[in-house]
Amino acid sequence: MSRILGPDDIEQGIVALAAAIRGRTAGKAIALVGIRSRGDEVAERLCNRLAEEDRELELGVLDISLYRDDYEHLHENPKLQESDIPFTVDGAHIILVDDVLFTGRTIRAALDALSDYGRPAKVELAVLIDRGHREMPVQPDYVGIHLETSRLDHVLVSLEAADGEDKIEIVEKNPG
Amino acid sequence: MARKDLLDIASLEREEIDLLLDQAVPFKELFTRSVKKVPALKGKSVLMLFYEPSTRTHSSFEVAAKRLSADVTNFDVPHSSVVKGESVRETIETLQAMRTDYIVVRHGRSSLPGMIAGMTKASVINAGDGAHAHPTQALLDAFTLKEVYPEGLEGKKVLIIGDILHSRVARSTSTILKRLDAKVAYLGPGSLVPKSGPENIQRFTDYEEAMKWKPDVVYLLRVQMERQDVQFFPSLREYHKVYGITEERLKRIDGEGLWLMHPGPVNRGVELCDGAMDYSRSLINRQVENGIAVRMAVLYWLKPAGE
Repeated sequence: MSRILGPDDIEQGIVALAAAIRGRTAGKAIALVGIRSRGDEVAERLCNRLAEEDRELELGVLDISLYRDDYEHLHENPKLQESDIPFTVDGAHIILVDDVLFTGRTIRAALDALSDYGRPAKVELAVLIDRGHREMPVQPDYVGIHLETSRLDHVLVSLEAADGEDKIEIVEKNPG
Repeated sequence: MARKDLLDIASLEREEIDLLLDQAVPFKELFTRSVKKVPALKGKSVLMLFYEPSTRTHSSFEVAAKRLSADVTNFDVPHSSVVKGESVRETIETLQAMRTDYIVVRHGRSSLPGMIAGMTKASVINAGDGAHAHPTQALLDAFTLKEVYPEGLEGKKVLIIGDILHSRVARSTSTILKRLDAKVAYLGPGSLVPKSGPENIQRFTDYEEAMKWKPDVVYLLRVQMERQDVQFFPSLREYHKVYGITEERLKRIDGEGLWLMHPGPVNRGVELCDGAMDYSRSLINRQVENGIAVRMAVLYWLKPAGE
């Protein structure tokens, strides 16, 4: 069994996220930091929407492979990529951006990675999809799409630039 | 796909070489941060087993391991039981009992790291064995050249100068450069340039002839004062005159825009004149910095057995 959300749903999710961020940070200087992979694309699309406004807006990318607590089990050869934080982290208002929020472990790792670049004044979390089932005390500040899932379901996100199409596939895995 | 050991370049697949060179980039990026350390190998232990003296390679591996948050232990050979005649096998059994995850080995005897790799679950990294191989030096040389030639090394000409015969650097670095489709030539005294060896490597004994080959890079090997090299030359002054980068030759390589490399440490006035130390296209300091990034990539990539 699987469910599919299409380009319109994703677009709506991005619009909702951008609106939520705008609503609470209008006129303030913010920096969006996307988590590789897919989070960087969500951050870029948000940035395009927020860029029209009159305010300071920075964009960065974080690869958290070296900060994971589960990298040995993840895959044999974790593909490591560059992080790119082209602004001063000290004192910045940062919004971490990811595609899917699940256990919260990725965000834990991202916070560790970010703190090695400096001491931000504030860090918030924006996710395109919140699918629930946290294993860490992590809650998003901005959510594009709330998705009902069971713990064992797989949520597969494809995005235009990375994968050629916008699609969310929820593969249901019923235990037993 | 993941490997336990890194013993030489020859046994790596091209994709593995490309992966390691790509993965060194994000590690180098860390050096620009105020915190240069990442927790990737937290709780892992790296043992430095150096049977031969080395300052650069030893510290480079140590810095690399520490920046990955691994614990580093130096197995201090001159003060250890090696002097009491403990065999390598006994040493490895001891280290095995210490449950070390990675062993970085340097030894004067070729293939000893490979033998150790067969005796332990730990990942073994060859940090130089006799005249056989020095794979991380080769990787850092290739990485450094890829930085100056981002489009790739295909067709680039690298002239390696010095005692080719006894040099594991020459062997490993020319192997990797050939794999990356660069062209390699050797220049050195006839007695120190091997007659056999990798195919398609030109051999010169005369500096002028070698320069007519139009290299893009000149790579000076270190004259091993402590080893056998000295006896092959009439004198160091003579060596400098015949094969070294003299002030006069420096002007010429500058005029032709050649890159300059050396594995370090440089014997001033032997391989390189004083002026060459400040040469604008010298990559020597960059080789040192890149060595740390490449060794981090290697440690991160290797997987000890039984995990």
